[in-house]
Amino acid sequence: MAIIRVEHLTHHYSPGTPFEKTAIDDVSLEIEEGELVGVIGHTGSGKSTLIQHLNGLLKPDSGKVYINNTDIFESKETLQKIRFQVGLVFQYPEYQLFEETVYKDIAFGPTNMGLNPLQIREAVERAVSAVEIPSSMLEKSPFELSGGQKRRVAIAGVIAMNPRVLILDEPTAGLDPKGRDTILALIQKYHQQEHNTVLLVSHSMEDVAKYATKVLVMNRSQLYAYEDVDSIFTRAAEIEKIGLSVPQITKVFHQLAELGYPVNSNTYRIQEASEQLLRLLKKKGEQEC
Amino acid sequence: MLKDISIGQFFPGKSIVHRLDPRIKILLVFGFIITLFIVRNLVSFGLIILFLTVTVFTAKIPVKTVLKSLKPILPLILFTAILNIFFIDGHVLFRWGWIRITEDGIRLAVLMIIRIVCLIIGASLLTYTTSPIALTDAIERLLSPLKKIHFPVHEMAMMMTIALRFIPTLIEETDKIMSAQKARGADLETGGLMKRAKALVPILIPLFVSAFRRAEELALAMECRCYRGGEGRTRMKQLKLTVSDWVIAVFVTAFYIVGILMNLWIPALF
Ligand SMILES: Nc1ncnc2c1ncn2[C@@H]1O[C@H](COP(=O)(O)OP(=O)(O)O)[C@@H](O)[C@H]1O
Ligand SMILES: [Mg+2]
Repeated sequence: MAIIRVEHLTHHYSPGTPFEKTAIDDVSLEIEEGELVGVIGHTGSGKSTLIQHLNGLLKPDSGKVYINNTDIFESKETLQKIRFQVGLVFQYPEYQLFEETVYKDIAFGPTNMGLNPLQIREAVERAVSAVEIPSSMLEKSPFELSGGQKRRVAIAGVIAMNPRVLILDEPTAGLDPKGRDTILALIQKYHQQEHNTVLLVSHSMEDVAKYATKVLVMNRSQLYAYEDVDSIFTRAAEIEKIGLSVPQITKVFHQLAELGYPVNSNTYRIQEASEQLLRLLKKKGEQEC
Repeated sequence: MLKDISIGQFFPGKSIVHRLDPRIKILLVFGFIITLFIVRNLVSFGLIILFLTVTVFTAKIPVKTVLKSLKPILPLILFTAILNIFFIDGHVLFRWGWIRITEDGIRLAVLMIIRIVCLIIGASLLTYTTSPIALTDAIERLLSPLKKIHFPVHEMAMMMTIALRFIPTLIEETDKIMSAQKARGADLETGGLMKRAKALVPILIPLFVSAFRRAEELALAMECRCYRGGEGRTRMKQLKLTVSDWVIAVFVTAFYIVGILMNLWIPALF
């Protein structure tokens, strides 16, 4: 059953002014429970706008959003409940930290949910272990931490609500390569442990290819594609045409296939690539002996 | 949304009104306000309204926008009008219980409404047609005599420029922080006064932190480019009065004087 269902969603910013802008144009899609969806597209293609509809922060001009078969705009109460079911981590989430201590900041969401102190403590501890923050950090001020640590605390603040759907808007923006890999690996681990649905907005096809199970491509306010990672890169040429890059590995393998080597042109993970190359080289070696 | 607030919005353009020297423009708006409060006869008000209309059309500001600038002060206008209509003594036109409406009350109400509306439109025309930079530049130049008494004119102007520049940025930031805290279940809309005041904490703290961070970054960037106050600083765009600036200044001032002098011959509205 689809956990997220979006029907004919359209959204305009600043309607009725000279600055009117169609940010989402008639998007329909269904996302099954348990997927790790990579959301990809150019800057300004409407990714952030789309995901802000999924927990009702933005209201569609037309169209419907269903979470778990419930229309989220049905009533105010539904909307408030949906906010806890669909956890949204904004871009640069560390700028939202405000409490005196890391612990209190992570507890903000669970407290708003009306949990009792025991449940809150449990929720915070689970979130803290998910993002691997040492517990010695819990009593520090969030403003004392490093950039990467702040980001993890902010992500923990959303995970602590134990949402069924976790959405992260470019969680690696502005981090160094190592910090980026750490965060993505944490998210993948969290997804595998909790088996919940995760939407990961990203700029990088490499990251999406490495971590996601499905890819959602946005292009000029419209849904361009929503399919398995396995099948999306068979359309590499198309994807490059709309100005998105495919993983470098895929490019290399496309060319190898074109040159007549017996490889799978639809290769996008380093692991598979190296296996195929080794096989190829070995075969060649045998022939030469 | 917060973003749709349009106070002090600038509409870029190339009309005569836009190109008029900002110093002259400021002085003429001051003159306009003074005139508005001296004038008390209908013919002069007619002239003033005509003047405003002509200016709005030459500046090519959408009439809808001009009217929208009145919306925030609508309560003030209504309040003044009601106060005047019901509480001024004079020739009674209508009585119902303790409520009575006098002729003088109506006249004064009309007078005040015309004054407030013209005042707001006139002042908004200044910000609609002058970029914030030009505006602060002009203020700096107009106030420069105060430098003699060691008043930090340049610093003030720079502070104004920066403040104006960062209003949209901070509004956008507030929007973002509000969304982010709502996503964590913050309830900003319901509850009593205390609860609502408390609900502001998760928004105000990040906002202050980010404002300070931005201020620090900006200060650093300015120092990196050798900014050290107004002394010895030259400008790329010098304000220079042209002949047409003078002509417009003289014409409009003459117009104000005529409007004021009409008070002598035409019976006052009140
Ligand atoms: N708050 C806003 N007000 C007006 N326009 C906006 C706002 N947010 C985004 N937009 C515009 O909507 C379009 C989609 O933006 P966004 O959803 O942020 O794209 P992405 O996240 O893919 O970069 C862009 O053209 C952007 O300029
Ligand atoms: Mg975005």
